[in-house]
Amino acid sequence: MERSFVAKNPSVLVFLAILSLFTLGVTVLSEGFGIGVISTSFVKTLGKTLCLCLIAVAMDLVWGFTGILSLGHFAFFGLGGYMIGMWLMYERTRLIVVESLSQAEIPPTPAEVVDAIGTQIFGVVGSSEFPLIWAFSHSLTLQLILVVVVPGLLALIFGWLAFRSRVTGVYLSILTQAMTLALALYLFQNDSGLRGNNGLSGLQNLPGVTVSQDVVSLWFLWASALALGLGYMLAAWIVSGKFGSVLRGIRDNEARVRFLGYSVEVYKLAVFTLTACIAAIAGALYYPQAGIINPEEMAPIASIYLAVWVAIGGRGRLYGAVIGAAFVSLLSTWFTGGQAPDIPLGFYTIKWVDWWQVLLGVSFVLVTLFAPQGIGGLFDLYTNQRHPDRHGANLGPDEGALREKEASL
Amino acid sequence: MSTLLEVSGVSVTFDGFRAINNLSFQIGDAELRSVIGPNGAGKTTFMDIITGKTRPDEGRVIWGEKSVSLLDMTEAKIAQAGIGRKFQKPTVFEDQSVRDNLLMALKKNRGWVGVLLYRPSTSDLQKVEDLATEIGLYQELSRKSGELSHGQKQWLEIGMLLAQDPRLLLVDEPAAGMTLQEREHTTDLLVQAARTRAVVVVEHDMEFVRRLNCKVTVLHEGSVLAEGSLDHVTSNQDVIDVYLGR
Repeated sequence: MERSFVAKNPSVLVFLAILSLFTLGVTVLSEGFGIGVISTSFVKTLGKTLCLCLIAVAMDLVWGFTGILSLGHFAFFGLGGYMIGMWLMYERTRLIVVESLSQAEIPPTPAEVVDAIGTQIFGVVGSSEFPLIWAFSHSLTLQLILVVVVPGLLALIFGWLAFRSRVTGVYLSILTQAMTLALALYLFQNDSGLRGNNGLSGLQNLPGVTVSQDVVSLWFLWASALALGLGYMLAAWIVSGKFGSVLRGIRDNEARVRFLGYSVEVYKLAVFTLTACIAAIAGALYYPQAGIINPEEMAPIASIYLAVWVAIGGRGRLYGAVIGAAFVSLLSTWFTGGQAPDIPLGFYTIKWVDWWQVLLGVSFVLVTLFAPQGIGGLFDLYTNQRHPDRHGANLGPDEGALREKEASL
Repeated sequence: MSTLLEVSGVSVTFDGFRAINNLSFQIGDAELRSVIGPNGAGKTTFMDIITGKTRPDEGRVIWGEKSVSLLDMTEAKIAQAGIGRKFQKPTVFEDQSVRDNLLMALKKNRGWVGVLLYRPSTSDLQKVEDLATEIGLYQELSRKSGELSHGQKQWLEIGMLLAQDPRLLLVDEPAAGMTLQEREHTTDLLVQAARTRAVVVVEHDMEFVRRLNCKVTVLHEGSVLAEGSLDHVTSNQDVIDVYLGR
């Protein structure tokens, strides 16, 4: 009776196969290790896209499966990026400082080195002192731990406060949005300790690594693919068992789950915190490829985009989230990068750089209205699955409940 | 027969309206009881109080041999203590299969770590199949419960309650919208369940109550108007005046 996890979830195997083929393909075509068809900057774009797919998987877990429309997951993504960015920036600056001070006649004391690093990093915001939050920035291990711990703690505290007072639906979305905005506004301040609106930069240069970006970009591509694969498997494992049943139950009818004896708040908190940690790991892999992180990245709009990706890809199915994130963000890069040809109408020229967002907004509305299963729904057409007789009402009384049209067999 | 649940002197006010007024109620270990009353008599609020959804302004709700108070417990904790509830409208998880619905209800560790690591054992699956047979849904185990008929959903919900293995079952209008045959099956299920546990059935339909053949409590304006056999309460003048006479 009991079949193996993979046998019950063949889509996981398919996904992992496609992901490995993709990674291998990019490697072969890259400048670093292959025949140089794909430029290094495009390899970075692809690597970043994999990270966005990973956060989309997290979003699908929390929204598509649990019904919590969080509009704050990019805050965790950004925090993860800041945590790794602090070490990257500290260590690289230290190497430069040590290098330049070694020319001096008297060898510098450790305190002098730290002072010089501080001046280098914080000069731009008119300071030279290391703020308290940089206390661990000298250690890669500690900062890597912080990548998960800081966003995880924030999610735990925020979630505990919100879920305990039974804030649900739109109100919770607004609350998560407010959290993101507050965090972004705080980080914009120069005395926040993270260089205000300058953010952290030069993150693409790994300290002590002398190989070119052609190679480094591939390292990160591999790491991102690995993280996405593991994250996808973890998410698929979580939703495949009874835990997944409870999550879907919470999405469709939270009160009923409570009367079955499950402590809904604890489950929500667990999922919210776990997905925040996944988002943070995605962020920690994303920003070294982007090279720079600033508070703008945590602006509320980013988290809204995330919801749009998942909706277009098809919420409630993990591969849908990945497809949505990959498709929309790559398309977005194409349109906003000025590669899409302008459309001259005679009296007006449609410049896609300006009009892309309108196009995205319209597609979002159309998908929500006419194809609520999103792109992922196309797979049902292909496998020709029989659908139950459904009419479009909600499957449960809760606001996050899946609609009948969205649900598939 | 010892007392399983004792509700005494409970009152609830919603915006000045007294929904429950000094209500007292007792039920024993293995007892079937019907609660009837006109609309607005406080039947649903009464269930809300027992299951922890509504907090009463005053009064006590005492549970089990250890006489613990249910008033300080969350809904989930009360359910874990052994009180199951079936809603008036069938509420099953429509996006999930009948098997998943029953597995979720099956009496097991409810903690999130335990649930995350849980994989159904052969005996669990066997239990689910037995239950499905009992409620007449064995053939439908792999179907999504959203595809079931109204009556089948009601049974599935009763099945989920039985899977929870509660000591007290609160059932709100189980026969609403059912055909005669379905009603008979439902009656059997409830009478069968009441052999080993306490069952409280809230019902409008006198015929259905008669078939249950049990002690009846009549609620009116938030308190108990009469209690006894169906014949006893239906011959009570107060009951005739406020309920049957209309």
